[in-house]
Amino acid sequence: MSITIHVPCDSSAVSLGADRVANAIVQEAAKRGIDINLIRNGSRGMYWLEPLVEVTTGTGHVAYGPVQPGDVPGLFDASFTEGGTHTLGLGLTEELDYFKKQQRLTFARIGKTDPVSLTDYIENDGYRGLKNALDMTQEQIVQAVTDSGLRGRGGAAFPTGIKWKTVLNTASLQKYIICNADEGDSGTFSDRMVMEGDPFVLIEGMTIAGLAVDATQGYIYLRVEYPHALEILNAAIATAYQEGYLGDNIQGSDKTFNLEVRLGAGAYVCGEETSLMESLEGKRGLVRFKPPLPAISGLFGQPTVVNNVISLASVPVILDKGGDYYRDFGMGRSRGTLPVQLAGNIKRPGLVELGFGLTLRELLYDFGGGSASGRPIKAVQVGGPLGAYLPEAQFDTPLDYEAFAAIWAVVGHGGIVVFDDTVNMAEMARYSMEFCKIESCGKCTPCRIGSTRGVEVMDDIINGRNLDKNIPLLRDLCDTLLNGSLCALGGMTPYPVLSALNHFPEDFGVNA
Amino acid sequence: MTESGTMQATVQEIIADLKDKPGALLPILHGIQDALGYIPANSVPDIATALSLSRAEVHGVISFYHYFRDTPPGQQTIHLCRAESCQAMGGKQLEEHVKSKLGINFHETTANGKFSLEPVYCLGNCACSPAMQIGKDIYGRVTADSFDAIITNTEASA
Repeated sequence: MSITIHVPCDSSAVSLGADRVANAIVQEAAKRGIDINLIRNGSRGMYWLEPLVEVTTGTGHVAYGPVQPGDVPGLFDASFTEGGTHTLGLGLTEELDYFKKQQRLTFARIGKTDPVSLTDYIENDGYRGLKNALDMTQEQIVQAVTDSGLRGRGGAAFPTGIKWKTVLNTASLQKYIICNADEGDSGTFSDRMVMEGDPFVLIEGMTIAGLAVDATQGYIYLRVEYPHALEILNAAIATAYQEGYLGDNIQGSDKTFNLEVRLGAGAYVCGEETSLMESLEGKRGLVRFKPPLPAISGLFGQPTVVNNVISLASVPVILDKGGDYYRDFGMGRSRGTLPVQLAGNIKRPGLVELGFGLTLRELLYDFGGGSASGRPIKAVQVGGPLGAYLPEAQFDTPLDYEAFAAIWAVVGHGGIVVFDDTVNMAEMARYSMEFCKIESCGKCTPCRIGSTRGVEVMDDIINGRNLDKNIPLLRDLCDTLLNGSLCALGGMTPYPVLSALNHFPEDFGVNA
Repeated sequence: MTESGTMQATVQEIIADLKDKPGALLPILHGIQDALGYIPANSVPDIATALSLSRAEVHGVISFYHYFRDTPPGQQTIHLCRAESCQAMGGKQLEEHVKSKLGINFHETTANGKFSLEPVYCLGNCACSPAMQIGKDIYGRVTADSFDAIITNTEASA
């Protein structure tokens, strides 16, 4: 009987040599006359252990990692194909603390299955949500999503059910579902993991959204920096069409939903929903004024749902197990789970999906194991390049939209970037202004000009010039950006800049 | 056919294939850049005509997006991540090393035409920072030494 071996196809695992490891395993098995079935799974999200090789045994998946091609002959010598003992052996994957302590709803299948196998998907609870949705009225589907308490996981945390309801109630001959897969925040990779590791869950979520609001066309707006995700999404979409899960008459229901992936072109601002729609329409990604809301007049002027990958990928489990099931995870008004991404200078970087409510400290130390460098953690940036920097004194804040808002910070897309004590926070503040300058769409003056002036002021501050004048000037500039910008790019750049200044004034040459 | 004749034929073919898609401009620009490595200035009038846009509008879109380029790149384009997570893991030092090793700055191409260097703001490889991409190949936990080795291998296989 052939032995099933899993080597991730996830691009981070590949960046550490997973393709070479997979080749080495195939060659070594052939040399030894061992019959293997190699599966390229998604990543379990324990990136310090990648490439993580798993072997299916009678007791479950046995893990070995991190494996390099040179380790492969030794693994065969140690009979890893039967779960044999080896220095890289980690035991059963699902018994690993980091993994076992998680509450994986959206990521339930990722790492376990072959991402492009529809059979695998269906055998592991896939398309159960759609099956239920096909027996429900549109109002019932929207109600289930509303009941779940799901809020937009892209960062804005707007209630998904309310957005869907607006689109449902806006009459039009053509409506659209857009998946915002322009995951450009540093420190985030959960969208990528879903698209590479379980593309059908996103397709299913979008199909349900289409049924719910009467939209027959969907677009996944994917960033060009994710070529592996593009390949896997396109393969899964082709299969879904072949098997009657996309196109006309979905599973004999007479319902239609078409889906296409469109590529961005390296503009961070296109992650902002109106800029994204301009880009999809073939224009410069200039931010639109709101209102009108996209839900009323969005893509090509039609009612449009724009949701993040994680929001849409959370819909199938909600429709499968019910809004109440999902809502029972989390805290306060932050319901359900959040896939947190631990990145930067951290010993155990990776994906941790848990109900809202865990503190930063638990994530950074219990899961993350502290800094990778072994030095003290000085600051963490939560929620991407527009998120605030938090000092150690705020590490007991629970991950919850409202708790973060209370300390003038954001949860955003759940990315946490860790910095040790060698970081200079004035340099990071300068970088935030520089990033805003590079990525500004140019439509509004505060963002376009303010970011350029911001870089200049930060250069003066870093060089110790006229601090008495320049620190107030920086605050004044941030006030203009915060209150006068058209979208979150200019409007939130003050978060990292001012939080750096307020929490780490010594790095700006100012007394605390 | 001359080289520029072949290029124009390719551009025409891509335009004809894609022009009827809703919002066709970005798919067309991607198609051209995938095929030719860049979007030649002389393809702009053809794109504009096919989509009933002005040349200025097409040019405006090309210049808005960091990814699109209007000059030929080197044989390989290195996208080096400058974002926060990579900075937290020595990305700035790596950037200095890469620039001095190649002898070029961002948005430049080496004199022998082998490598172009572009900054990128996140490759989604933040759990394995610092990161870079060469063509479609992604690399994680890049050090000065591993960069040198990767470059040598890439050159050898080019």
